[in-house]
Amino acid sequence: MNNRKKFVSLLLSGALIAGALAGCGNKEESGGAQSSEGETLTFLIDNQTQLAGIEAVVDGFEAKNDIKVEIETRPGGVEGDNLIKTRLATGDMTDLVWNNSGSQLQALNPEQNFVDLTNEPFMEEIIDGYKAAVSANGKVFGIPGTPTNAGGWLYNKKVYEELGLSVPKTWDELMANNEKIKEAGKTAVIGSFKDTWTSQVIYLADNYNVLAENPTFAEDFTANKAKNATTPAALRSFEKLEEVHANGYMNEDFLATGYDAALKMLAEGEGAHYPMITFALANIAANYPDQMQDIGFFPQPSDSADVNGLTVWMPAGIFINKSSEKIDAAKKFIEFYVSQEGIDLYTSVVKPDGPFAVKGVELPDDVYPAVKDMIQYFESGNTAPALEFLSPVKGPNLEQITTQVGSGISSAKEGAELYDKDVEKQAKQLGLEGW
Amino acid sequence: MNAFSKRTYSYYFLLPAAIVYFVFFLLPTIMSIFFSMTWWTLTDWKFIGLENFKTFLTEPSLNIGFKNTLIYAIVTCTLKVVLGLLLGVFLSSKLRFSGFIRSMVFFPTLLSTIAVGIAFTMMMHPSQGIINVTLNAIGIIGPDWLGDTRIALLSVAFVDVWKGVGIATVIFIAGIMSIPQDYYEALMIDGGNAWHKFKSIILPLSRPAMNTVIILSFIGGLRTFDLVWAMTKGGPGFSTDLIASIIYKQYQAGFYGLSTAGNVILFVLVSALAFPLYGYLNRKEVDL
Repeated sequence: MNNRKKFVSLLLSGALIAGALAGCGNKEESGGAQSSEGETLTFLIDNQTQLAGIEAVVDGFEAKNDIKVEIETRPGGVEGDNLIKTRLATGDMTDLVWNNSGSQLQALNPEQNFVDLTNEPFMEEIIDGYKAAVSANGKVFGIPGTPTNAGGWLYNKKVYEELGLSVPKTWDELMANNEKIKEAGKTAVIGSFKDTWTSQVIYLADNYNVLAENPTFAEDFTANKAKNATTPAALRSFEKLEEVHANGYMNEDFLATGYDAALKMLAEGEGAHYPMITFALANIAANYPDQMQDIGFFPQPSDSADVNGLTVWMPAGIFINKSSEKIDAAKKFIEFYVSQEGIDLYTSVVKPDGPFAVKGVELPDDVYPAVKDMIQYFESGNTAPALEFLSPVKGPNLEQITTQVGSGISSAKEGAELYDKDVEKQAKQLGLEGW
Repeated sequence: MNAFSKRTYSYYFLLPAAIVYFVFFLLPTIMSIFFSMTWWTLTDWKFIGLENFKTFLTEPSLNIGFKNTLIYAIVTCTLKVVLGLLLGVFLSSKLRFSGFIRSMVFFPTLLSTIAVGIAFTMMMHPSQGIINVTLNAIGIIGPDWLGDTRIALLSVAFVDVWKGVGIATVIFIAGIMSIPQDYYEALMIDGGNAWHKFKSIILPLSRPAMNTVIILSFIGGLRTFDLVWAMTKGGPGFSTDLIASIIYKQYQAGFYGLSTAGNVILFVLVSALAFPLYGYLNRKEVDL
């Protein structure tokens, strides 16, 4: 009896261990089997990026080379950032990594984790503004994964037509438009603060105007020489956010409205303006293709009609894991990705939501109207990158602070001071000089 | 057997448990106290002394966090004790459907906190949520449950109580059931009514159960994170931030040393509040 019990328990624990081992072993096994007939690259992407275009490039690449690319998805936002950090720290990273450029790349310590691409021939085709956003210590680490975006105001052209409004050149004109829209019983500015990140856009998209007044703000900010609360132009960005709320231009339930609901309101004309980054165009196109022609775009206006430019968001990039064993194959892939052929494949399924960060690439003629609104600023050279692409400093609590200012809990001045403290903490954690 | 092995013989039995305890409980605690004093990037660390504690304690939203944590712990603990006791008395009596009602009360504890949080966030939507739609139907304009900074924390606390009161009720039922019948018989002979029964028998004799509920729900309240995160993410702004959510935000931002320091502070805070409370409650307990 006793012996039988022992035997059964031994058997069970044996089965358990075998199961556990099989669970671990599986991955290697399948990887090994595939490498005999050609290499397989793994590619980690966040689940908020539109995959269709990337998949088209992958398919084209696989057809030409004996290399497969397997896409893995991860959550977006800060949770995804932590996942990346953990996987890098534990040596369990994929060969190719999709990640934001700018300050969110700096947080990953690129020199330690990613392959230096500075001297690759294909890097010559990448525009300098983008290289700056994926560089550390003069070395370039990534290629642009999508077209560039801009931060500003998406608006519904039908509402503008109905109410006889014209595109504002100054902040006062924009506020006058808002007043008329409000009187007409529509939501003038769509607020979607349930997704707190959306509350930052009015502040962040103002960077062109900040730099127009203080050309060295980004460097001074990084070096702890300029503060939001004491730089009038930067403080003004917070004040704009405050003004929108103080005048009651936002939908009543803006704290409970999310990003998707906001896009619906904009597409259907329930709301006239949505301060947003233009990557939203792809989402609108996916869900409301018939309304796409009604959506226009203008940059965040300044206080003077002479200053009128676009704050640009550099695209997320593709980086190669430094400890990957397939670096050559990975380089081949990113070379293909930024080639004319790769870009053609990309645009064959996804209409670009802005110009590419690759030299000499022409946009198709049938781009979205909102993208046409953007291109004129690129052509006239009136663009500036958002602050997070010029400075590694970006306080982690910005979205909470802009929510406070944007919903009237704090004043613009209080918000700016709070953000300065937040930034100080981050700069100290990054070990920047002068803090 | 010599004297030495006689003396140490029994300790071998403790060894497996001691190893498990050391590896999984003691070691992480020591490590976190160590890492709380470093600048830490998971792969790399630098000793910086008490700098992290200083930074954490000067966190602008920390005042709100401390206040909210205490309010939250006290509100949820009180409501769970009061409601749990009432439900416990009600459900330990001989009702026709008591089995069914008991499972109804216990059911919410089985759900995932995140799922509950998401469901209630939708129900508490100011214009489309079922709660305000119902209130509107009877002519009351409902508040913005999670958007109004004055009540957002209480809304979350309410959901916590809804979800957690089942456990408290079960503990109270067990406590009440374990009271010997003799006391009730004695009370009947003395001619006591239902109120006397509650006041003189159930209340004092279910004290151990009550103390368990108080301690569990108070510590639970101090450490709450998941429900707040699912429902408000500490917002709007910082208005529903708890210490635990502030810690999590430091971790999210990649400030690992700093967030570990926050955890050590939370650990100290919970201990400083829970141990005296536990001692106090134990002294007041009576023997059956």
